[in-house]
Amino acid sequence: MRAHEVAASAGVTVFHEPHARVLEGRRLLLIGLVVSAALLVLVTGVGAMLTSEASATDFTAKNLAPSAAHLFGTDWMGRDMLARTLAGLSTSIGIGLVSAVVSSLVALALAAVSALGGRRADAVVSWLIDLVMGIPHIVLLILISYALGRGALGVCVGVAITHWPSLTRVLRAEIMQLREQPFIATSRALGVGGVRLALTHALPCVLPQYLVGLVLLFPHAILHEASITFLGFGLSPETPAIGVILSEAMGYLTAGSWWLAVFPGVALLLVVLLFDRVGSCLRRMMSVEEVQL
Amino acid sequence: MLRFALGQIVRFFALMVAVSAVTFVLVAASPIDPVQANTGQAAMLTMSAEKRAQLDERWGVDEPVWERYFAWAQDAARGDLGESLRFNAPVVQVVAERAGNSVLLLASAWVISGVLGVALGVLAGALRGSLLDRIVRGYCYLLSATPTFWLAIVVLMVLAVQFGWFPVGFSVPIGVSSEGVTLADRLYHMVLPALTLSVTGVANIALHTREKTVDVLSSDYARFAAARGEGRWAIVWRHGLRNLALPALTLQFGSVSEIIGGSVLVEQVFSYPGIGQATVTAGLGGDAPLLVGLALATAALVFAGNLVANLLYGLVDPRMRKGAVDARA
Repeated sequence: MRAHEVAASAGVTVFHEPHARVLEGRRLLLIGLVVSAALLVLVTGVGAMLTSEASATDFTAKNLAPSAAHLFGTDWMGRDMLARTLAGLSTSIGIGLVSAVVSSLVALALAAVSALGGRRADAVVSWLIDLVMGIPHIVLLILISYALGRGALGVCVGVAITHWPSLTRVLRAEIMQLREQPFIATSRALGVGGVRLALTHALPCVLPQYLVGLVLLFPHAILHEASITFLGFGLSPETPAIGVILSEAMGYLTAGSWWLAVFPGVALLLVVLLFDRVGSCLRRMMSVEEVQL
Repeated sequence: MLRFALGQIVRFFALMVAVSAVTFVLVAASPIDPVQANTGQAAMLTMSAEKRAQLDERWGVDEPVWERYFAWAQDAARGDLGESLRFNAPVVQVVAERAGNSVLLLASAWVISGVLGVALGVLAGALRGSLLDRIVRGYCYLLSATPTFWLAIVVLMVLAVQFGWFPVGFSVPIGVSSEGVTLADRLYHMVLPALTLSVTGVANIALHTREKTVDVLSSDYARFAAARGEGRWAIVWRHGLRNLALPALTLQFGSVSEIIGGSVLVEQVFSYPGIGQATVTAGLGGDAPLLVGLALATAALVFAGNLVANLLYGLVDPRMRKGAVDARA
């Protein structure tokens, strides 16, 4: 019998009953995390294997509505939309991964510089943050992708350059708090320099926040990749990518080929939600306050 | 007050200089040949060398970046941002015309998403754990994961193509002279883009407001008010809203950048001739002067949003009023 049941029979209110529910909650979180991550890996793997199927045309099966043979239907060149969608998701996840990792590393480095490098470095970094936040992301992405001649590189660099500010702010605040800790002051007094201090003391302490921030960057990175590709600045039209699929679908909207736009969009939405789920599961597992919930 | 104003003016100009320099360098670094992008491959091949040189000169291909930037900056200081190569008109004029179309769209989406977001957030927070709370939260999570341009496509597909309730695109009816366009026509064409933008804009502010409402209701002063006999809605009304207003305002003014970003996508889907669509056209067409002008215009709008948020702090929060000027200048 659990504490609150005992208490209810005794007519007492229990304000705090942590143990059993904590374990249950944490197990649920872990399950959620593993299942979502596994699904994402699955989508990426299957998508990567389907790249050739995604561009295989079959002119005997043009513009078919969704059926058992083609779950997502086919487009005007008879390409199977399910294969195209999966391959597109895999491309998007790949690009999202690369650019989110780069972006988070930039954030980590700048946060360390700004928190440990003195007032001047702090001012420079916060000005950089203001500058990047001062232009709408999409506009900056268009500019960067234009500067790099469009294509995958432009998207990666663009997303990497535009997505670090919010994580930098979080990490900077964390490191700032750390700076007040006695062990940091002690190592400073012992003559440990800035870079070593950052690597040996600050980095391990902010690692959890960093990882969570990194995972939560993925959804943004993927959405922005798809958006910029949709506008025509990102991946080339030959690559199966969600942005390309949706921008092509625009031409067939009035023809009633609704499946061209609906399914790839829903798939992208689900992937973004899954990444978000992984991130928030991780965050809740690591947050001190929620351990007791 | 004077120091605050001066500080803001200095910051504004520093931002403008930085944004223009960054965009200039980015645009200049591009391997995309503006001449080729606009004349096309076939025309390039058949073109005579003199014609090519003439075009190169018109598009300023050969001069070094810094020379061009300083020449541009001198003109810009006089209010001349150059000629848009794509639209064949002064950049200022193009931006102004496009901004005129966009401002109403942006403003209505901004206001609707703000009001709706705060209302939903307060309701969900006050009724924490209820069905309504769950619906609001689910809606927000779903929408923050939804690609804006896809939502726009779906809205277009359902409401304009399927049901035919709204026009498929543009800001005015097709085949009507500009004098014949009424305000009602414009509003009618604006409904779908504005709807899409406001629906996506709600998510963020509603979630934050909900969190804040939960915080307020579990605070000591709310508990004291409850002990005094005030009901839930009275507490929200008397003690909650003032505390909610501050972060909500910050967030909403800070979201100007996101709304502009969203409008780029939404305008593209609805072929709505605003600044967003102009940015895409300029980017795809290699129209460097217009790109720089548009980057400046959007950066100025975002800056204005943040400035208004700063000023409103003082109005809403009495703690910020005294000594606030020195703290921020």
